[in-house]
Amino acid sequence: MLDRLSFPQPWLSLILFVTWQFLSDGISGGSLVLGLILAWAIPQMTQGFWPERPSFMRFWLMPKYLARVLKDIVIASFEVAALIISPRKPRPAFVCYPLELEHPLAISILASTISLTPGTVSADVSDDQRLLLIHALDTEDEQEVISTIRKRYEQPLLEMFK
Amino acid sequence: MNPFAEYAIAFLLLLGGAFTLIGAIGLARLPDFFTRLHGPTKATTLGVGAIMLSSVIYFTARGDGIGISEVLITVFLFMTAPVSANILAKAAMHIGVKTMDGTEGKPWEQ
Repeated sequence: MLDRLSFPQPWLSLILFVTWQFLSDGISGGSLVLGLILAWAIPQMTQGFWPERPSFMRFWLMPKYLARVLKDIVIASFEVAALIISPRKPRPAFVCYPLELEHPLAISILASTISLTPGTVSADVSDDQRLLLIHALDTEDEQEVISTIRKRYEQPLLEMFK
Repeated sequence: MNPFAEYAIAFLLLLGGAFTLIGAIGLARLPDFFTRLHGPTKATTLGVGAIMLSSVIYFTARGDGIGISEVLITVFLFMTAPVSANILAKAAMHIGVKTMDGTEGKPWEQ
């Protein structure tokens, strides 16, 4: 019974609460109450979907990683835009990427990053979570895609989740 | 309003509009389903991002305080775009959508 009244994901609850205050027009009694209800109800409802919490995470490395991803999103957009307008055909490829990351949360962050950055969309994770299937929009060399992702995104994430 | 702010807003609106348009053109022009996935996840993301940024500058320059809701919209968009792309790709692989000629590698089956 007491389980139902607790906050199983304190950080998620805090983020939800703060986000709700920003979304509503100014902080008022009503927004505080509704924010509390949401901060309690959403983690309760999604409890079953969350992977196990990583034992250790270097949060302070996150801003640097986010800055890099943001920069790459801008570059990626220009590249994709140029490819769409140019008359030549793209050279797409499916690439199997062997994952070094093991934690499910880290893998999902990597997959999201891949989807947002230059010419790649992550399509699927293998059942044993060792391979990531990536669709590259325009590439000549599979190995190059793999080594770029390894260097730019997986290494920082590995450091974060070690 | 500050002329610099006006130029910045105009520039960002144009940039955002251009990218959104190119994303739409890509949806029509690219040859197969998987390549079309790339348009909405990238070009359009930056397009909406630029429009949101111009909105932030507009409301800040008018003195209404910094528009945090625009920032939140951008964050939500960046969080949801990869998820929808991933689900679309999975669904396409599941029903075996054809890939264009010259695609290297194959989607796996499991």
